[in-house]
Amino acid sequence: MDITVIWAFLIATAVFLYVVLDGFDLGVGILFPALQHGPQRDTAMNSVAPVWDGNETWLVLGGGGLFAAFPLAYAIIMPALYAPIIAMLLGLVLRGVSFEFRWRDPRHERFWDFAFAGGSLVAALAQGIALGALLQGIPVAGRAYAGGWWDWLSPFSLLTGVSVAAGYALLGACWLVTKTEGDLRDRALALARPLALVTVGAIVAVSAATPFLQYAYFERWLQAPGIFYVAPVPVLVAVLTVLLWRALGRARKWGGHDTAPFVLALGLFALTFVGLGISMWPYIIPDSVTIWQAATERRSQVFMLVGIGIMLPIILAYTGYAYWVFRGKVRGGGYHN
Amino acid sequence: MFDQFAAVDLARAQFAFTVTFHFIFPSFSIGLASYLAVLEARWLWTGRSVYLDVFKYWLKIFALVFGMGVVSGIVMAYQFGTNWSVFSDKAGPVIGPLMAYEVLTAFFLEAGFLGVMLFGMERVGKRLHFLATLMVAVGTAISAFWIISVNSWMQTPQGFGINAVGQFTPDDWLAIIFNPSMPYRLVHTVLAAYLTTALVVGGVGAWHLLHEKANANGANAGARVMFSMAMWMMVVVAPLQIIAGDAHGLNTLQHQPAKIAAMEGHFRSWPQGAPLLLFGVPDQAKGEMHDVVEIPKLGSIILKHDPNAPLAGLDAFPRDQWPRVAILFWSFRIMVAIGFGMVLLGAWSLWARFKGRFYDAPWLHRFALLMSPMGFVAVTAGWITTEVGRQPWTVYGLLRTGASHSPLDAPAVAASLLAFVMVYFAMFGAGIFYILKLMARPPHPSESGLSHDVPLRAAGITPIEV
Ligand code: HDD
Ligand code: HEM
Ligand code: HEM
Repeated sequence: MDITVIWAFLIATAVFLYVVLDGFDLGVGILFPALQHGPQRDTAMNSVAPVWDGNETWLVLGGGGLFAAFPLAYAIIMPALYAPIIAMLLGLVLRGVSFEFRWRDPRHERFWDFAFAGGSLVAALAQGIALGALLQGIPVAGRAYAGGWWDWLSPFSLLTGVSVAAGYALLGACWLVTKTEGDLRDRALALARPLALVTVGAIVAVSAATPFLQYAYFERWLQAPGIFYVAPVPVLVAVLTVLLWRALGRARKWGGHDTAPFVLALGLFALTFVGLGISMWPYIIPDSVTIWQAATERRSQVFMLVGIGIMLPIILAYTGYAYWVFRGKVRGGGYHN
Repeated sequence: MFDQFAAVDLARAQFAFTVTFHFIFPSFSIGLASYLAVLEARWLWTGRSVYLDVFKYWLKIFALVFGMGVVSGIVMAYQFGTNWSVFSDKAGPVIGPLMAYEVLTAFFLEAGFLGVMLFGMERVGKRLHFLATLMVAVGTAISAFWIISVNSWMQTPQGFGINAVGQFTPDDWLAIIFNPSMPYRLVHTVLAAYLTTALVVGGVGAWHLLHEKANANGANAGARVMFSMAMWMMVVVAPLQIIAGDAHGLNTLQHQPAKIAAMEGHFRSWPQGAPLLLFGVPDQAKGEMHDVVEIPKLGSIILKHDPNAPLAGLDAFPRDQWPRVAILFWSFRIMVAIGFGMVLLGAWSLWARFKGRFYDAPWLHRFALLMSPMGFVAVTAGWITTEVGRQPWTVYGLLRTGASHSPLDAPAVAASLLAFVMVYFAMFGAGIFYILKLMARPPHPSESGLSHDVPLRAAGITPIEV
């Protein structure tokens, strides 16, 4: 296969892993205000404390990988999405430091809880807005961004912003169902149902709006022959939605069955990601720069492919180990004293 | 209202601000991770609980420092694109892969084992826990390797070509990674991180020795361990750092002579042996130094090992390629003065040891306390020397800073700069305050860790309550 295509898949994989992994821990942050002060929040935070740094490293690989494999795309996208990217970074700073500060300063715990929740929400919204802004197209002239610094803002990008935040909150709720017990699990379960509705509603809204952004999307999604190839995606989304709904109901009625909702929510994310791929392919900046135009030198691609080929299995192995060490339900005060 | 010129300057200010803040944390955590690994190894080896106490004491601080390093680092990974998009496009094929290798070989390693290191002692047992600590320490060192390689390539580029669209293209990866200034910069920076950490550890030890003389055994045992280990570092590593710095300077003279001329404050060339300026007030506009205090010939002795060797001044270079002399001249002197201060501290501590008054030498302890934040000052001054001295280039001699920045509107950069300044000062200010609070209490026998007395339960062992 063409090495540029391999790299496009690798970057997409890194971004996808970032979205689902940091998605659930940002989601836990977004849900914080809905949890009771005290043990509920402590336990919720502790369920992600040992893994959040690893989760966020996929963001560094996504950004760093884009820089390395598609420098032109990186050089155009970052200035174009300047405001949402900076907002995301600042949000990540706020929530990242709260993991430790919250325990160091019980007197200002509420403040750090606020920073944790606010930072998570801002980061999620900013990521969604950035996604929408990318999908709606970025003006390019020569090898540079050619728009203004408010171009990213549109009703569509706001819609994707809210959608991503809702989706992360759903992942976070399902994660808490999996990882916690007692009243916290029940609370998360109660939150998961409306969040599932909002998320699926958002998926429908974004899917309905996307084909009308650009003719290429329209052709691909709503006209023959494209529609026959892509039809399985919405069908599967519908199937997963029903399954997720029933899994949440089962978990509530009979207790147990705590892992299924999380897995199904991950499935929903995977499908939307495939849908995104269908819309964008083979562009990396829709309608203006293809993956081949943005690709770095072949020698750079090969050099990094060696590295990623060796390192990725090792990384997955020890990341899996880290999750395994902290497997099972988190209880009580958590890992801190 | 603002022109392009302002946008570049704001972008530079933003990059300098965020990276300077970022580097404060790695320069501490690179050293602290290794220190923790050494402490845990000594605990496993000797079985003395005082090492475990000191380990747990610093582990809590490490968690804070590391967290701040990570979040400020993630900002850096995006700053290249947001602020230096033309640079990113052009240099991407060469430095992008090096930074990708940093993520793959270092960041995942640190992050993967960090959770186990901080919270996993009760879950994985001593030996695996030590392995996790070691992996985090190794990760920080690998991280330094790659990022220093990137930075050094920007200072002394080699092993590349230029393609049709003006991008730098890799010809020889080994030549790129091990570019001429990289070994010097790596050694110097890693030693700097160790020294910075040792100064902080030593300062904290000294503080508690000064304040709790009475119970020399109990609470003070930990302080003694800290102070003693830190002072041995001063004795051994501080002189090495001067040797490394000297070698680094010779390397710079070879590859970036204009930078050296500015660091030394030589606007004029010296055909017959250059003096060493101890003091002076640079006047960039007129191109001369005022109020000079100098030692004749010493400049040439240090840089060329020959009192009469000629030394180029800035007049040998076009004026539009001069870096800013006042900043370089002073930041370099600050770093060097602190370097000698460290050697002095090491020598004094050695003398106190021989006199048998090592733990009971208030003036020595006060001096150690005074020196404890100086590593950060030296490190920052060192980087300012390196980076400001590279100007006006981003890739030395090849790509100008003025032609590297993103097509951004000045108000956008100004607004984000303001946001960074506010958030960083508030967040990291709070973090530093919490660190100081942790340091203010002495290490206790059976110090609590981060995961103290928490019953964690594995899946399936206990049934789920309904
Ligand atoms: C990998 C590359 C890299 C690394 C490791 C560093 N820098 Fe840098 N620095 C740059 C890459 C860079 C840059 C992107 O190339 C800048 C932006 C504008 C410029 O000319 O260089 C820069 C500019 C820049 C400036 C502004 C110079 C001027 O305007 O004259 C300062 C003061 C610093 N940096 C300070 C630092 C410090 C304290 C560092 C220690 C961690 C550091 N840099 C590491
Ligand atoms: C502009 C240059 C830099 C960039 C883009 C950068 C990027 C990053 C990023 C993204 C992280 C977070 C990694 C994670 O998620 O775990 C990080 C942390 C770190 N960086 Fe940097 N960095 C830069 C400069 C440096 C320098 C000069 C050094 C050392 C010599 C360094 C050493 C480290 C270390 C050891 C960490 C681990 C966290 C810590 O120790 O605080 N970085 N950096
Ligand atoms: C008297 C002793 C010292 C000498 C002669 C010396 C010399 C130098 C030189 C020549 C540079 C390079 C500038 C360039 O060309 O790019 C440098 C950079 C630097 N110095 Fe020092 N230095 C000394 C002490 C220290 C100390 C004590 C520290 C910190 C604890 C330190 C930290 C740094 C750092 C972090 C850099 C930037 C990275 C680099 O370029 O290596 N230095 N030093």
